[in-house]
Amino acid sequence: MSSWSVTNLWLIPAVPLVASFFILILANSRRRTAAALAILGQIAALALSITAFLPTLAAPGFRSVHNFTWFTFGDQALRLGWVLDPLAAAMMIMITLVGLCIFVFSVGYMAGDKNLTRFFAYLSFFSGAMLGVVIANSLLLLFFSWELVGLASYLLIGFWIDRPSAAAAAKKAFITTRIGDLGFFLGMLWLYHSSGTLLFYDQGRGCLENAGLLAIGASATFIALLIFCGAIGKSGQFPLHVWLPDAMEGPTPVSALIHAATMVAAGVFLVARVYPLFSLGAVNGVTPSLTVVVWVGVVTALMASLIALAQVDIKRILAYSTVSQLGLMMVSLGVGGVAAGIMHLIAHGFFKALLFLGAGSVIHGLHHEQDIRKMGGLRWTMPVTFLTYAIGMMNLSGVPFFFSGGWTKEEVLHATAHWPVSALPHYLMLAGVILTALYMTRQIIYVFFGSARSTDFESVRPREFHSGEAATTTENISVGRTGQRPVFRAHESPRVMTMPLVILALCSILFALVLTPAWPWLRAYLNGESTHVVFGSLIQPVILLSFVLVAAGIGFGWLTYRNAGETDPLARTQPGLFRFLENKMWFDEIYERTIIAFSRILSRLTDWLDRYFWDGLVRLFAGLGQAFGVLSKGFDDHGINAGVDETTSGTRGFGRLISAAHSGQIQTYLGAIAIGMLLLLVLYAWLG
Amino acid sequence: MNSVAFLVIAIITLSGALAAAALPKLIHAALSLVIVFVGVAAYFFLLGAEFVGLVQVFVYIGAVAVLIVFTILLTRRELTGDRGINWGGAIVALAVFGGLLWTILKTKSLAIRAPQIEPLTVKRIGEVLMTNYVWPLQCVGLVLTAALIGALILVMEEKREER
Amino acid sequence: MTPTLQLFLIVSAALFSIGLLAALSRRHAIFILIGIELMLAAANLNFVAFWRFGPQPQPPTGVLVAIFSIAIAAAEAAVGLALVIAIYRHYRTTNVDKLDSLKG
Repeated sequence: MSSWSVTNLWLIPAVPLVASFFILILANSRRRTAAALAILGQIAALALSITAFLPTLAAPGFRSVHNFTWFTFGDQALRLGWVLDPLAAAMMIMITLVGLCIFVFSVGYMAGDKNLTRFFAYLSFFSGAMLGVVIANSLLLLFFSWELVGLASYLLIGFWIDRPSAAAAAKKAFITTRIGDLGFFLGMLWLYHSSGTLLFYDQGRGCLENAGLLAIGASATFIALLIFCGAIGKSGQFPLHVWLPDAMEGPTPVSALIHAATMVAAGVFLVARVYPLFSLGAVNGVTPSLTVVVWVGVVTALMASLIALAQVDIKRILAYSTVSQLGLMMVSLGVGGVAAGIMHLIAHGFFKALLFLGAGSVIHGLHHEQDIRKMGGLRWTMPVTFLTYAIGMMNLSGVPFFFSGGWTKEEVLHATAHWPVSALPHYLMLAGVILTALYMTRQIIYVFFGSARSTDFESVRPREFHSGEAATTTENISVGRTGQRPVFRAHESPRVMTMPLVILALCSILFALVLTPAWPWLRAYLNGESTHVVFGSLIQPVILLSFVLVAAGIGFGWLTYRNAGETDPLARTQPGLFRFLENKMWFDEIYERTIIAFSRILSRLTDWLDRYFWDGLVRLFAGLGQAFGVLSKGFDDHGINAGVDETTSGTRGFGRLISAAHSGQIQTYLGAIAIGMLLLLVLYAWLG
Repeated sequence: MNSVAFLVIAIITLSGALAAAALPKLIHAALSLVIVFVGVAAYFFLLGAEFVGLVQVFVYIGAVAVLIVFTILLTRRELTGDRGINWGGAIVALAVFGGLLWTILKTKSLAIRAPQIEPLTVKRIGEVLMTNYVWPLQCVGLVLTAALIGALILVMEEKREER
Repeated sequence: MTPTLQLFLIVSAALFSIGLLAALSRRHAIFILIGIELMLAAANLNFVAFWRFGPQPQPPTGVLVAIFSIAIAAAEAAVGLALVIAIYRHYRTTNVDKLDSLKG
């Protein structure tokens, strides 16, 4: 049984991928078939994950791998494989379960979209790619799936292709993560160079096992940091976090999938997977690379929670909360609490999917209004959404005892408390807890409490509400109070959308059962220890501390935002600070001014070089002397007093020459390729 | 394998290639290309790969060259001559040739003579294509089909957009 | 006196460079395609030559790769020429100097 599920582990990602392929070739009108196929694929993946999960329970520290040769070149074989261990099994269950809820939710949310089949094809593809990341036993296979995840996120963020902002956000996500992936790729090459294998576990010879680690030796720090670059990009860590909030341009279920189960989890998972590389040569559990991880996480977590405080888009607040939670997980990994980080990742997967789907339900109910300042009073009209959202919010805020988010956050804080390097991360994370509670309270008050702040919709309890009407919009538009704009009546979402919410809410509560100190089953499972029940350890003083902190955050939030109107209280008292945070600390602008401007200058410079280089080639044939004369004249004209002599015929002839030889011309590019080939050739001849 | 044949074919092929690359009239260049293909096919025969030579003749001369001629006919309303050569490109090509030549001459292990081999029968190629290489064969079939459909779609008349 | 492998490689290098010359320096799009065909022919010649002079593997890999390469080249030519026709319809020219919409 166990060997069957290990050798056929590839089925788990393959099933959604195959489903995706079949959905893709369906006609656009076969909406039901598409949704059914995607959901069935997900159910099958979930079932397979559970069958794979069962054998890992048999013994603590279970690990089973299946490797095979992909191809051989010369006498070297390139091997791939998959691994089944507690980390992979737990992640698989989370991904497929959360994914399933999101898929079902999408049926309701995307009911009005005309490209439903394409949407489900991409969703399935996304889920399959992520499962591929999880089961990979080879950094190369992981990298393939990793890039597929990136591709899927690109397709899904830009799903509404007719919106320019969505296309821009998709491009931004793709390119920003690609910057990190470059580091990942270099790290992978280096790893292969120094260890000779990319397999993680290979009967003692893998790169994460003793022999491999011995071969890597001192370069492990650099390899780990390069790989961490990839994780920074994917998991939206500072300074590459800028794509994540923009990714909100995608449909809400996509945001849920990206932020909970798939994309961002990949980065944290990657660090956890190659953790032996990070911790190689650790003194007292501290290595330079892990220290970097900690500080990146700390900066990310704090920065994002501050920014979240001043956002007005319901999804953007959640996006920044994801960034900050990911920072928290990174801190946890960095200080040595791998199990705590992964536990938080899984718990986060449940409640963040819940929150995003709740937000999706709100947006759906308000006909695509996302500005929280215009919402309010929705607790009466959308009771199910409100209750589940509140559960998600308390999970995220880390309310202790009943919610899994509280317990896992507890674990993380516990881990940071014992970091030997500095106590600062611990205190900063405690501050982060307050901030999280604060901005979530702000959001929930704005959205669900008080009364409607906008005249665009009424938040009265709709008498004629029934689930079937949710998908149609025209029926419940009536003439507005102002008489000018139509008033939408906010409505609860249909059952196909609320059911996933309820399931996720239940999951996020019941999940706490395996997290408590009384029975820390998940931690023991991930760490490969055995466990038993001790009820006495249920109450710990540190819980009291976090209880106080969360209570402070929520209480302060309640007091501040209780009577908030359309202007934010923070904006009223601290307008400068608010604007700073509202504009995301001007990260986009800073990047625009520095990195992008720099690359623009660089491109201009290379452009200039290119022109002169090509021109040089042309001139070389026409006569060196003349060439130099015109070149220096051109240099004079363009470099020193540009624009003065541009009307002279000499310059015009020069301009004609360079424009004939330059840019946009495929032949120029082809020539560049040929020159590159020539250089390689010379290099080869030189060395060989 | 015989040196005289080698030399004759080399002269024909390379002069054909030069003509194909440098003749001002497109139709002449296309016809010179046919000479090059024949020359390369002759090399294949000389090297004992008769089947490849036949395929070369069928595919390149029978299909590709004809395609090129047809394309010239379809786009020939543009009669502005293609005079003058981009000398930058010529220099790059020459440099690449120099580099290749240098590398080839430098590598001493290439100065070998052909071993005696059993003739390669079409039967053998067929067997291999149907056993070891059956997957690539299917893939190539798929690629060809896709290319055919793609080419058809590309050259279909653009529909008038209704405004 | 029979020709060595080197001689074959030199001929194919010359063929390749002439193809590159055509692809780089002519302005008509079809010339670029002709150049590419020349380069592909040079590559095929290399494959077969290496097979003939090499240690005769079973199955005859070099020959098979050449066959596949010819098939792919045929597909490439079909699509390439279709592109030329499409470009000609759209821009009324096949002069690649005038096709610079790639310019940023």
